[in-house]
Amino acid sequence: MAVLLIAEHNNSTLKVYTLNAITAASEIDKEVHVLVAGNKCENVVKEVAAVSLVKKVLHSESSDYENFLAENLSPLIVKLAERYTHIISSANTFGKNFMPRVAALLDTSQISDIIKIESSDTFVRPIYAGNALVTVKSNDKKKCITIRPTSFDPAPSSGESASEKLKKGTLVEKVEPVAVPNISKFIKREETKSERPELGTARIVIAGGRGLQSKENFKLINDIADKLNAAVGASRAAVDAGYISNDHQVGQTGKVVVPDLYIAVGISGAIQHLAGMKESKVIVAINKDGEAPIFSIADYSLEADLFKALPEFLEELNKLNTIQK
Amino acid sequence: MKILVVVKRVIDYNVQIRVKEDGSGVHTDNVKMSTNPPDDNAVEEAVKLKEAGKAKEVVAVTIGDEKAQETVRKALAVGADRGVHVKIEGDVEPLGAAKILKKIVEKEKPELVLLGKQAIDDDTAQRGQMLAAILGWPQGTFASKLEIKNKVLEVIREVDEGLETIEINLPAVVTCDLRLNEPRYASLPNIMKAKKKSIEQIIAKDLGVDIAHRLQQLKVEEPPKRKGGIKVTSVAELVDKLKNEAKVI
Ligand SMILES: Cc1cc2nc3c(=O)[nH]c(=O)nc-3n(C[C@H](O)[C@H](O)[C@H](O)COP(=O)(O)OP(=O)(O)OC[C@H]3O[C@@H](n4cnc5c(N)ncnc54)[C@H](O)[C@@H]3O)c2cc1C
Ligand SMILES: Nc1ncnc2c1ncn2[C@@H]1O[C@H](COP(=O)(O)O)[C@@H](O)[C@H]1O
Repeated sequence: MAVLLIAEHNNSTLKVYTLNAITAASEIDKEVHVLVAGNKCENVVKEVAAVSLVKKVLHSESSDYENFLAENLSPLIVKLAERYTHIISSANTFGKNFMPRVAALLDTSQISDIIKIESSDTFVRPIYAGNALVTVKSNDKKKCITIRPTSFDPAPSSGESASEKLKKGTLVEKVEPVAVPNISKFIKREETKSERPELGTARIVIAGGRGLQSKENFKLINDIADKLNAAVGASRAAVDAGYISNDHQVGQTGKVVVPDLYIAVGISGAIQHLAGMKESKVIVAINKDGEAPIFSIADYSLEADLFKALPEFLEELNKLNTIQK
Repeated sequence: MKILVVVKRVIDYNVQIRVKEDGSGVHTDNVKMSTNPPDDNAVEEAVKLKEAGKAKEVVAVTIGDEKAQETVRKALAVGADRGVHVKIEGDVEPLGAAKILKKIVEKEKPELVLLGKQAIDDDTAQRGQMLAAILGWPQGTFASKLEIKNKVLEVIREVDEGLETIEINLPAVVTCDLRLNEPRYASLPNIMKAKKKSIEQIIAKDLGVDIAHRLQQLKVEEPPKRKGGIKVTSVAELVDKLKNEAKVI
């Protein structure tokens, strides 16, 4: 049998977390097939085909799939599921939205947000905001799984250009769209446009919390982000207060990030925040409260007023001859 | 319209979890329990819709042991009209919970079911979507804004890219984010009044649904601990360490 992976994309390009999910899928079974469902998404099909771990691309075109509504995608995935033992996607808002719907229609218990694969039926996943890890064995015939992208490396491209690989035949299979229930309608998507790297995959993240006090003060964070080519993160408190938009939130109910360097500024370090960043390789905390819990997990703790420390930080960075990009 | 709101009793979000030495789970004895935080937002939204004249009745449901009733009682104290407690021994997987909730939906016939977007104990974020699936209803997940417009519901969803707006037909299932609203506190008189409101108890196995576990929990363990770091006394020292010791900039 084989594994069916659901690709995340925007009809023109593949979202990177799909590559992490491909790696996870290939640890379960070498026969990895990827579904690219969308509207005019040929380019995504090519991108996926260029990944060496992918054995087959299933390509389904329909305007009903353009915005990935769970109600519309699920019937297609359920139909294709007949041929597969595992259905997999990433555990971000894309996968979290449709996968439980698919699992319930297949009458199977989903395993969410896995960080490790022990065998084809046994997986490790965090619970209680990452304060415990549970190993679960699934006794279902078909398994629906979402993977935590940051726990698996992205799958490499084959080097071989996609078109060469495509010429070899069999790689891409056209799949007829399946009737949709017409009970939901996409209206609009408001994306935050930014020149900076994506939060989920950035090498460096600098995050601000309630300590920043205002939207305007986030400029102090942004300036350093630009200097370091870093992504900007935030605590829930900072998002709730309107300092920054929701897509920047790191934590249990936000994004999980594992950068080489995470700089937490004016963030106290509540367990719900730590859930999203404590696996970062190097953690820096800047906080004026010496007792802030964030210091207990930081590699470098600076007890200081951020309004003084951040301008100094920028100045020191400006003095450096080179900065890694 | 009638709204069903689904609440779960979980370990309070402020509690530092302790894993049991034998790997069978986490300590729950003498640990503070509360309503799962986003479920409070679900209750608040239902009550607000009722106050705005958009809903006639709000019914709060929970699945759990005898003590799980506390969460329903709390929902009644902030404005829910009635409660339903589906009694169960041990725990139920998301799929089983969705099957139980489907039975309650068939009985109560609500036009809207509100749940939290995620339970902060098992962190699965599945039950709302599963319930929508087996009812054949549309779903609005991770909602930070709701608006009822005639027969459709406009939902603003928090997604990785930012915000997404969808319109879904009613009846529908919605899972609520913490940013949907600001849950109110119950006043003392309302807590007293809530004591008189009724909570119907249903025994899970009388519903005749298959809630057998499909997942076997092999072990629960603590995640690896991070080693403590060092204090730096100046920004210059910090930058020097990052450049020359950690070599990350
Ligand atoms: C169910 C649930 C889910 C949640 N999910 C998340 C999540 O995903 N992500 C998340 O982040 N939170 C989440 N939270 C919220 C979390 O519990 C905390 O409330 C939140 O993380 C606090 O944010 P903060 O550290 O910015 O604010 P605070 O806790 O208020 O901390 C502000 C910090 O700034 C410091 N400070 C203030 N002024 C200065 C200054 N001038 N210079 C230096 N330091 C200063 C203070 O000393 C303090 O430590 C969740 C909560 C719940 C209940
Ligand atoms: N035992 C339960 N009883 C009632 N509601 C529940 C129960 N478990 C989960 N829920 C609801 O389902 C939502 C999502 O839970 P989960 O799928 O576990 O993340 C929660 O926010 C609750 O509203």
